[in-house]
Amino acid sequence: MRARDSDWEGVRLHVVTGKGGTGKTTVAAALALALAHDGRKVLLIEVEGRQGLARLFDCPPLPYAERKVGIGPGEEGRAGGDLYALAVDPEGALLDYLEMFYGIRHAGQALTRLGLVDFATTIAPGLSDVLRTGKATEATRRKAGGREVYDAVVMDAPPTGRIGRFLNVSVEVSGLAKVGPVRTHADTVARVIRSPQTAVHFATTLEEMPVQETLDGLAEMRELGVQLGGIFINKVYPAGLPESDLKAAAEGHVDEAEIALGLKAAGLADAQTLASGLAVELIEHARSVALQERERRELAGAGQPRYELPAITDGIDLGGLYRLAEVLREQGAA
Amino acid sequence: MNPPATPPWLDTDALIEDRRTRIIVCCGSGGVGKTTAAAAIGLRAAERGRHVVVLTVDPARRLAQAMGLSYLDNIPRPVDAGLSSGGSLHAMMLDMKRTFDEIVAAHADPDRAAQILANPFYQSLSSSFAGTQEYMAMEKLGQLHRTDEWDLIVVDTPPSRSALDFLDAPERLGRFLDGRLIRLLTAPAKPGRAYLKMLSAGFSLVTGTLTKVLGAQVLKDMQTFVTAFDTMFGGFRERAEATYRLLQTPGTSFIVVAAPEPDALREASYFVERLAGERMPLGGLILNRVHVPAATRLSAARSIAAAETLENHEIPNGTAESAGTPRYALAAGVLRLHAERMQLAIRERRVAEHFTAAHPTVPVAAVAAQPEDVHDLEGLQAIGLSLASRSVAG
Repeated sequence: MRARDSDWEGVRLHVVTGKGGTGKTTVAAALALALAHDGRKVLLIEVEGRQGLARLFDCPPLPYAERKVGIGPGEEGRAGGDLYALAVDPEGALLDYLEMFYGIRHAGQALTRLGLVDFATTIAPGLSDVLRTGKATEATRRKAGGREVYDAVVMDAPPTGRIGRFLNVSVEVSGLAKVGPVRTHADTVARVIRSPQTAVHFATTLEEMPVQETLDGLAEMRELGVQLGGIFINKVYPAGLPESDLKAAAEGHVDEAEIALGLKAAGLADAQTLASGLAVELIEHARSVALQERERRELAGAGQPRYELPAITDGIDLGGLYRLAEVLREQGAA
Repeated sequence: MNPPATPPWLDTDALIEDRRTRIIVCCGSGGVGKTTAAAAIGLRAAERGRHVVVLTVDPARRLAQAMGLSYLDNIPRPVDAGLSSGGSLHAMMLDMKRTFDEIVAAHADPDRAAQILANPFYQSLSSSFAGTQEYMAMEKLGQLHRTDEWDLIVVDTPPSRSALDFLDAPERLGRFLDGRLIRLLTAPAKPGRAYLKMLSAGFSLVTGTLTKVLGAQVLKDMQTFVTAFDTMFGGFRERAEATYRLLQTPGTSFIVVAAPEPDALREASYFVERLAGERMPLGGLILNRVHVPAATRLSAARSIAAAETLENHEIPNGTAESAGTPRYALAAGVLRLHAERMQLAIRERRVAEHFTAAHPTVPVAAVAAQPEDVHDLEGLQAIGLSLASRSVAG
């Protein structure tokens, strides 16, 4: 048994955003996997049509259907949970919407041929967003036999630059439709997104631009009235050396003679030259550790729970994903 | 097996010094340093006497500040780079809504322009249509080219979901504007020939469903917009196609930017193939943020072995330091660090080799990972210098 609850009890829709290149999809997948424990059923949704999840889970491209892609980590004799994945595209979501609300899926297919879907995705972006977020909120609220079908839904959302617009569906659509069915639908979606059931998490690395975008994104979400989630610090590499050595090295002070003695003792030839090279590397490393530390402090100032995910050096595969899920469980993210 | 092929070197200095190069387009997936690469290339070209404008779509305040500008807007602003080369450098950031508004204002009479600008449908289209940014980037590029004020335009493409959207923009807009749906909306069915009847049936199905989904008001706004916009459609298409053709001329050079990571290089591969398919001239690949260890002669394996030797050495005498004997912990730590760096360098080289195996003729230039983000022109110069030097990760 874990000593404490997860930090996000009560949250059922986890929206994960982050700057491009920070590993947003990896974080979303690891979080979903971490949430899929104790027989809990979790749905992981991809909305940008990149098939990044299929690559991560090493399965064929995901269709527009909820498909089981993995089993969450079991703990101490208890079974894991089931992880499902879904790649939402606006076309499928539109057909779904027509089916669900009007029972006219067939007409929808005819409209696809006539270019309605092109219309929806091309000229009415608010509509395309509301269809995608609508699918996520629908899955979150879906019930069967009196209980929710999914214990949690995790959405690999668009990057920080677009997340505000993406989630602000009711406003986006209201520019377009003051009244009408799509407006009503958008308002329902917006209510779920702004409820305590939803939290927006940020994936970042300890680099200046991603950290800045995270802070900006948090402010934007606060303004939107969306519950702020956690900060998932990805690709963290260990400092590796004692703080005092790093501190001196960051200021350019490295005892090359001491290194050279060690190298010599280890039987390495040309210890002096080698020591100078290694000293350069140490200084570079120490400086980037110092920069990481600075960014870490910036993030701490935001006041949201933070989780650190180690850099997986050999590229993310399924094994790496489980490792990250475990780290997230340990740190209380799930 | 043959050793992995070495790619030809992408000589960016030769490219920017060649006066025939008029447009450089930097593309690649998000987060690879595309904007910074574009700015560094622009600065270096200006230092070599070119009259350069850098068109960015990324609202990175830091980059603006790095160029000594408090902000960037839709108008090219001069960058004070202290150039003694006779060249010049301007920078601007695309404002898609303003660019769109300007086009409307320039190509419609005042009444009609006002009508279009006030239409809710237009407002949605111009501020958030997923392809507007790409399309307006093309439009702006065309505009800058037509002014002939600059002899080199460096463009940083929008951070699209897929970097390829940039090329699709004219076609998508064309498809939309030429689309059956638009024709149905602008020219409600007339009775008559058989196919028109079919269209008519389609029309009522479409309008019926749209009314259901969107509500009648949206449909009405859309029809008003399409009618008001009608006369401008042709011009839009023509300019988009002209820019597209301009991109195919030899004066243009596409530079694909990627980090030495599998995902980014997969995108880069896809981009290279796509450019070839569109007959767009590819300059080459910039491999950005390559890690270069300072002491490459010592392999990762030997480095780890040496660290282990030292660590074992210390165990029998845990109080090595206080006993006045040499402290080997620092050397061991540094050796472990070096091993990690060597492994990282090898991984990066391996993914780069994968790319070159698939695209052996694509020239490659590497930029060493910088310890800090770019804060000033000096930082941009450092990147330009690294880009131009052949030794990085060679």
